[in-house]
Amino acid sequence: MKEGFRQAMAWLHTWTGLLFGWLLFAIFLTGTLSYFKDEITHWSQPEVQRHQLDPAASLGLAKRYLQSNAATAGSWFIRLPSDREPALSVSWRDPNATGRRGFISHELDARSGERVEVRDSRGGDFFYRFHFQLQMPHPWGRWLATFCALIMLLGLVTGIITHKKIFKEFFTFRPGKGQRSWLDGHNAIGVLVLPFHLMISYSSLLLFMYMVMPASIMAAYKGDSDSYFSELFGRDDAPKAAGVAAPLTDLPALYAKVQTIVPGARIGYLQIANPGDSNAQVTVTQAAADHVAYQRSANWTFDGVSGALLSQGEPESAAMMTSFTIAGLHMGNFAGPWLRWLYFVFGVAGTAVIGTGLVMWLGKRQLKHAKSGRLPFELRLVEVLNIASMSGLLLGVAGFFWANRLLPVGMQGRADWEINVFFLAWALSPLHALLRPGRKAWGEQLALGALAFAGLPLLNALVTGHGLDQSIARGDWAMAGFDLTALGTGLFLAWAAGKMLRTPNVQAKRAPRAAKAASTTAEVN
Amino acid sequence: MKRKAGGILLSYRLAVASRCLAALLGGYLLASMASVCITLLVPMTPVDATLTGMMLSFVFYLLAFIWCFACRTATRAWLGVLLPSLALALINGLAYWMKNP
Repeated sequence: MKEGFRQAMAWLHTWTGLLFGWLLFAIFLTGTLSYFKDEITHWSQPEVQRHQLDPAASLGLAKRYLQSNAATAGSWFIRLPSDREPALSVSWRDPNATGRRGFISHELDARSGERVEVRDSRGGDFFYRFHFQLQMPHPWGRWLATFCALIMLLGLVTGIITHKKIFKEFFTFRPGKGQRSWLDGHNAIGVLVLPFHLMISYSSLLLFMYMVMPASIMAAYKGDSDSYFSELFGRDDAPKAAGVAAPLTDLPALYAKVQTIVPGARIGYLQIANPGDSNAQVTVTQAAADHVAYQRSANWTFDGVSGALLSQGEPESAAMMTSFTIAGLHMGNFAGPWLRWLYFVFGVAGTAVIGTGLVMWLGKRQLKHAKSGRLPFELRLVEVLNIASMSGLLLGVAGFFWANRLLPVGMQGRADWEINVFFLAWALSPLHALLRPGRKAWGEQLALGALAFAGLPLLNALVTGHGLDQSIARGDWAMAGFDLTALGTGLFLAWAAGKMLRTPNVQAKRAPRAAKAASTTAEVN
Repeated sequence: MKRKAGGILLSYRLAVASRCLAALLGGYLLASMASVCITLLVPMTPVDATLTGMMLSFVFYLLAFIWCFACRTATRAWLGVLLPSLALALINGLAYWMKNP
């Protein structure tokens, strides 16, 4: 801090990067998986068949199912199938129960309207929730994840300050030069994907800003956050039931009405208040996939008996659109298949920037001890944590999917056990890393990960009828894409494991010279 | 930063810890005060003003972090976040009182 601004920023980049890198790696990896949340859920619950979308017919089926199974419920909720989510989902509040337990949800086959018995699994939702809640009690996970986002943003800004020759160095990649190559890779990926990185870290701050930065709400609403939210999202007052029976309006006709208002609109979900009552009301909400930003105006409320349009959501102000657009860019709900893959690749790149940074921190300090081959305690600790946070997490993810296919379908608490396997596999990783020398630990865990991921398509084909041959023939690209991605991940991990397990290492000798030669960025210590 | 042969002085470690606290707590105070100030002063509806204040607050948090580690001493780090916070708090108090007399 005495040495000048750029050195101070390099110091800050180095140390915040180390302390938060492990957690950020997990947040980025699970966040990247969350871009395929629905597809992962589809793989995790292969019982749900994918059909041609027919929203009007689905609405008729949902109504029929709810009328025969939830006729007395005070409200219904119907989520239509989409390109990504094959199931027709219906839920209602059990009129005889109180609290959250009374919420019942069933998945229906989109063609037959019959209930599908799916295996108990959190699927992609597990990774999505872990991404911002870190499996911690509410609200601590969200606080910690949001703070990590601030540190990520700080890491980007300090990183930019540190590498002043950022665009020149972007075109520099010197492979096979040990530490130098890691730094080149770290810089090249970091700069290439910089707009995405800046967007993703700043937008994560906005997602929970009402929670982490509530001073403005306190000042403007005197602490009454409910009135802030109702002004932000629009009021949502369901009418009281009149107690007079009246037939519910035709839902497919409401779908047709929405189509005349917004031609081509995809429908996300319907909320039906007081079904079968003369005070029934139906709110149709457009799918999030239709807009970049969340739009509170994109819903229409109809009279549940006559089917007349009662109201539309209120329009958004400029500030709302700004905030919702930034949040929408983070979530990527609007992204079609190609853009979704681009999000995924960018997410992997972000994960790689964090991973290469962690490896570099240690690599640089290991050089001093290259001759003796023994690391001091603190460096050994960083080494074990590096291994656990990266290869260990990958083993956890693979473990989750193996558990999904191998745990008996009728098992009690099955979904919880999938998660337990995830954490068990993750927890075993540091134990193994403690017992083995660094390079060997890396290599062995990556090799196991390679087997685990590459084996997933085979396992899937053996225990379900949804192997690659079947899914490609049926055109089920979510299922096939998952298997192919797992295979690709397995191959990549095998390559990485091969590098680690091959006898080292000319690099250790050459690296100090390379580091000296490249003094321009060597202050990143 | 640079590791001396005999390890790092305790005073240096304390100074780093002090800067961390200044960034974490002082920075949060500054960001909160700035967000309230924007919310109370921008000519917008309450919900828009609140959104704008909250969205911009993180810029101040970020700048506070950078300041706390870029300035010359830990004392300056604290002064650099506390003095602007105090000034903003005075403005906020005045603005709040004028809006809610």
